[in-house]
Amino acid sequence: MIIQANGIEVDFGSVKALDGVSLSVADGEVRGLLGPNGAGKTTLVNVLTTLLTPTAGTATVDGLDVCTQSREVRSRIGLAGQYAAVDNLLTGRENLEIVGRLYQLPKAVAKARADEALERLSLTDAGDRQVRTYSGGMRRRLDLGASLVGRPKVLILDEPTTGLDPRTRIELWEFLRELVGEGTTVLLTTQYLEEADELADQISVIDSGKLIAEGTADELKAQMGGDLLVARPADRELVAQVAEIVSGLTGSEARISETGEVSAPVSNKVETLVRVASALKDAGIQISEIAVQQPTLDDVFLSLTGDDTSTDEESSVIQ
Amino acid sequence: MTTIETNSPLTNSNPNVFRDAATMTRRNLLRLSRTPQVIVFSTIQPVMFVLLFNFVFGGSIDTGTSYINFLVPGVLVQTSMFAGSNTAIGLAQDLESGAIDRFRSLPMARSAVLIGRTLADATRTLITSTVVVIIGFILGFRPSGGPLAVIAAVLLGILFAQAFTWVFTFMALKVKDVEAVQAAAFLPVFPLVFAASTFAPVENMPDWLQQFASRQPVTLTIDAMRDIFDGTNPGSSLFWSLVWIFGILAVASTLAIRTFNKN
Repeated sequence: MIIQANGIEVDFGSVKALDGVSLSVADGEVRGLLGPNGAGKTTLVNVLTTLLTPTAGTATVDGLDVCTQSREVRSRIGLAGQYAAVDNLLTGRENLEIVGRLYQLPKAVAKARADEALERLSLTDAGDRQVRTYSGGMRRRLDLGASLVGRPKVLILDEPTTGLDPRTRIELWEFLRELVGEGTTVLLTTQYLEEADELADQISVIDSGKLIAEGTADELKAQMGGDLLVARPADRELVAQVAEIVSGLTGSEARISETGEVSAPVSNKVETLVRVASALKDAGIQISEIAVQQPTLDDVFLSLTGDDTSTDEESSVIQ
Repeated sequence: MTTIETNSPLTNSNPNVFRDAATMTRRNLLRLSRTPQVIVFSTIQPVMFVLLFNFVFGGSIDTGTSYINFLVPGVLVQTSMFAGSNTAIGLAQDLESGAIDRFRSLPMARSAVLIGRTLADATRTLITSTVVVIIGFILGFRPSGGPLAVIAAVLLGILFAQAFTWVFTFMALKVKDVEAVQAAAFLPVFPLVFAASTFAPVENMPDWLQQFASRQPVTLTIDAMRDIFDGTNPGSSLFWSLVWIFGILAVASTLAIRTFNKN
């Protein structure tokens, strides 16, 4: 395990920011650390990057203790933070060279690595401009570049796309996907389920300082009880009739939502969908919407963190 | 677990604090060169002090010499004290922006973050000090010690500034908030600068104030600078000034570096 944390606790006064978090990340793995604001993601990152000494517990990176061998740990990690810690008054190249020098690289190597990072993140043309002229997306890319110049074994990305508009986020994902495809171990914190789904192999869900679930995106979704057939009649009066047909064909009792949606769990999704659709057609019921839905990570997340009110039943399944 | 040699970071050597401090100084000087308005405004302020005090109070204050000769060393030290509060503000800004977290996550000598900032600020103080001396010359400042004496006196002022920069650095690390730091930095500055021989002789102050004013570092340093400018032996004022400077430097830098390393 290249990252190994055991029972990490962090107290800020009377507040427990982390309450016994254990985490194992294998070499080359891309791990998503998913949680809402204030869940403890950044606190865990600060422990692993030696910025914060935990109140209790131990953690190692590449076999090195983050408390007693912090300097060695720091030479093996790269950190890109949520604040995009690049200097506005310096040029992109100067920012990268300075970080390279502080990774204890000789001058010429720092220069070459800076050029290389600019190239990889499509910033070569902007390299000699002051960062204050950069767009939000360019700043994030430069921040990523700065975390790469030391060629870290472990890359820690703390909410790399927070605050970006959707288009820029997708653009940044392209770069991240390329990076994570190269075999570097990545720990990525995010509050966007979509982001964890897109980039991570394994996802750890954290809430209120505790890890509450772990698995691949598919495993987490499977915990929600599989696929759901959803049908909505054009005429709301007919929901009961629709529910009867759906129940009959899926073999499980259909639920009727307040918005006039009929849903039931299905196993054989395509076949059932076709049969339900033709049965409704035969009954002369006009359907405005019919689909098989996979639970999204949002559903998983909401039910795990208990913030959702409409899926109480599902959340009890997961417990 | 195998490591590809070309991909491994250089981890063999301990970070070199001098090299890292040079890198950080370079960073801060680059920043300074991109904001020339900061230099301009931090120079205008002492120039205003020289002009105002010389023309407004110069005629009323009896110093035993020409007032401008008395005033320039005072303004040099006052400037460096005011400039020190800028150090605190800059550091607090770095703390807020996340830049410090980035540096602290790097395998560098952490103290270099602070050393680099104080050295860059000393460079700025050197620039403003030079301007103050030049303005002084234009207004009739004529130290009798010659060019080397001028350089020595200015350097003593810079050394004094360096000591207080560490005090402000420590304050910034404790207070953390940019605006709070800005307000807090003036607390030690005002009594030290004005209850001193900066603008008027200590001898004219009430007795109780003299007890404080004649022993505190600002007075001692300014008195030593005046003697050095004039090429006369500063005697005990230089000795006690250096005791203060190195005492403050040792205590403040130790506290600041310890605070910075801790969190």
